[in-house]
Amino acid sequence: MPRMNMLQAINNALDIAMAEDEKVLCFGEDVGVFGGVFRATSHLQEKYGRARCFNTPLVEQGIIGFANGLAAQGSVPVAEIQFADYIFPAFDQIVNETAKFRFRSGDLFNVGGLTIRTPYGGGISGGLYHSQSPEAYFAHTPGLKIVVPRNPYQAKGLLLSAIRDPDPVIFFEPKRLYRAAVGEVPEEDYQLPIGEAEVTKEGSDITVLGWGAQMEVIDRAVELAEKEGISCEVIDLRSILPWDEDTVVESVLKTGRLVITHEAPRTGGFASEIAATIQERCFLYLESPIERVTGLDTPFPLTLEKEYLPDHLKIFEAIKASAAF
Amino acid sequence: MTTTHDVHTPSFMTGDEFHIPTFRLLQQDGSLFEGAEAPELDKEKALRIYRAMLVTRVLDERMMAAQRQGRLSFYMQCTGEEAAVIGATAALDDADMIMAQYREQGALVYRGFSYDEFMNQLFGNELDYGKGRQMPIHYGSRKLHYMTISSPLATQIPQATGYAYGQKLAGEGHCTITFFGEGAASEGDFHAALNMASVHKVPVIFFCRNNGYAISTPASEQFAADGIAPRAFGYRMHVIRVDGNDVLAVYRATQEARKIAVEQNQPVLIEAMTYRLAAHSSSDDPSGYRSRKEEEAWREKDPILRMQRWLIDGGWWSEEEEKELQESLRREVLETMKRAEKRPPPPLESLVTDVYADVTPALQRQLDALKTHIRKYPDAYPKGARSLDPDVRPGGDHKSSDEQGGA
Repeated sequence: MPRMNMLQAINNALDIAMAEDEKVLCFGEDVGVFGGVFRATSHLQEKYGRARCFNTPLVEQGIIGFANGLAAQGSVPVAEIQFADYIFPAFDQIVNETAKFRFRSGDLFNVGGLTIRTPYGGGISGGLYHSQSPEAYFAHTPGLKIVVPRNPYQAKGLLLSAIRDPDPVIFFEPKRLYRAAVGEVPEEDYQLPIGEAEVTKEGSDITVLGWGAQMEVIDRAVELAEKEGISCEVIDLRSILPWDEDTVVESVLKTGRLVITHEAPRTGGFASEIAATIQERCFLYLESPIERVTGLDTPFPLTLEKEYLPDHLKIFEAIKASAAF
Repeated sequence: MTTTHDVHTPSFMTGDEFHIPTFRLLQQDGSLFEGAEAPELDKEKALRIYRAMLVTRVLDERMMAAQRQGRLSFYMQCTGEEAAVIGATAALDDADMIMAQYREQGALVYRGFSYDEFMNQLFGNELDYGKGRQMPIHYGSRKLHYMTISSPLATQIPQATGYAYGQKLAGEGHCTITFFGEGAASEGDFHAALNMASVHKVPVIFFCRNNGYAISTPASEQFAADGIAPRAFGYRMHVIRVDGNDVLAVYRATQEARKIAVEQNQPVLIEAMTYRLAAHSSSDDPSGYRSRKEEEAWREKDPILRMQRWLIDGGWWSEEEEKELQESLRREVLETMKRAEKRPPPPLESLVTDVYADVTPALQRQLDALKTHIRKYPDAYPKGARSLDPDVRPGGDHKSSDEQGGA
């Protein structure tokens, strides 16, 4: 099986989707000749022509508004927003239009064909505006689906599902792992399910939950915890919206403990939603308070990025605190 | 207000009816075009402009080299656009507000931002005015009336309209200039800014650096119209297109624009035609989207060389002075860089201050928890640990921190 990094896996997924269905279009700032600033769309213009893979003017609200229109017409747009930090000019188009197109028209019209790809997350010395994890803003919007892959294999399978899903999907790509994450990825077409979490490691004492780039951080923390005799069950949520309550509930009913981690700030982060649901459904089984290991309630810093990030040591401490409660 | 000239057969216009001239004074050999008149500029001011261009060029060359050596995480050059940025800044009052995009370090140089001040921001150390929070090149200076840079594109343009409206109400005769690229002019914020400025009669100068590229996207894929200038018609705004590599033309055009802004309370759009000679940033490689030949053709139009020839021809500058200044600037950059690199990072508390005017109780709790954690694992957080206990540096290096010099 070939080995790919996450960018190659994403590029491969786009290639497969465009080859299979001529209605699939890829566009955004710098995605044409250049293949995107991260090169996720390399060679797609060469292969499929300028009508299907192209640069747009520098206007995020325009990109997503245009994509909404294309999707309503029956095309399958895969729009790139260069950094998740720059998605906000398109917030109106996404929250008021993309998410509500089907509902407000009584299903006369929909933009289900739309996929928005955007790199997110810190750890790359990106400071305030090249580091944010804005998934929680969108998680507050019924009608959207939100997916975050953790490695190249997941990225390809989930992206192909997102493109073919009957609903609009925001696909957050952990840019820190674009080149750093390398793994075996099948050459052929395959899909992974949206809305289903994956238990990546079974354990009995505590459940540790995250998504995207946090999964490799969790793995390092779990390695430390297991050396201290704490058996950890690890879950990759994969989809933030809709999220797989049942898989998490089942795990917490077994372990009685839960640590959730994300890079985004603590207040209003998606961990809050998970914690609320789990205490509703698992209250009598919980052995300790649900722990959140997150970014601080501040903008994303630069010089003190390491101090800010919810790293493996902070997760390790949370696991120990939960186990010792 | 709309015009009501009736016609009775359908008649469409495309904008091709308008031909926008380019204002130029200085030829590449340093001589004036026939019939062109140099703006009123005394020797002192001319050399202040020239020096700022050179200081910017040397800073950019050295810092890009430092980035390549791994000493700096990121850098962006103004190379090729010095005349546009500095010529415009020189035409303003030094107390006029500047709201820049991110490639306008030349404006700061002109106003007197020192190499030390640049370096402290670039290295995000304890003396950085922005407290090490933003990526390199996100400068700001209250004393020099230069708004702190924000990475999201075009957000500063409507803010400039608002700032200038406030200046009009204050009645002190100041205006705001906002710089942006031709790519950023595609953002909705640009259009909102121009419309509001015209409607509310605001003393703001919109200065577009049309440098040909938005990262890899050429202007030809950015807009179908004849550049950015014609957009002013849609807002009934004064507009001029100027050769952005011609410092005299930029200076003169901006001088006139400032008069219109301050004396008539009317916004002005200036489109400076120039070229981004360097990569978009240290993360970019232009060989993937443009030819060396194209770059070389623009290198021939170097705005610094053009002004230098004009100065030398006029007897205000010499090759010896040029050589001496270049050498001393290079030395100064290296010295200040070494100083800035060694300075400690901002204190750990800077993570939670300035989020609000006062640190909230919840943030204080988060900071306290972080301190406890860092004390437990000081080696994993060298900067935070150093801030908690300045005398002890993790890894056994007990160098005392006596580098609190005043820059």
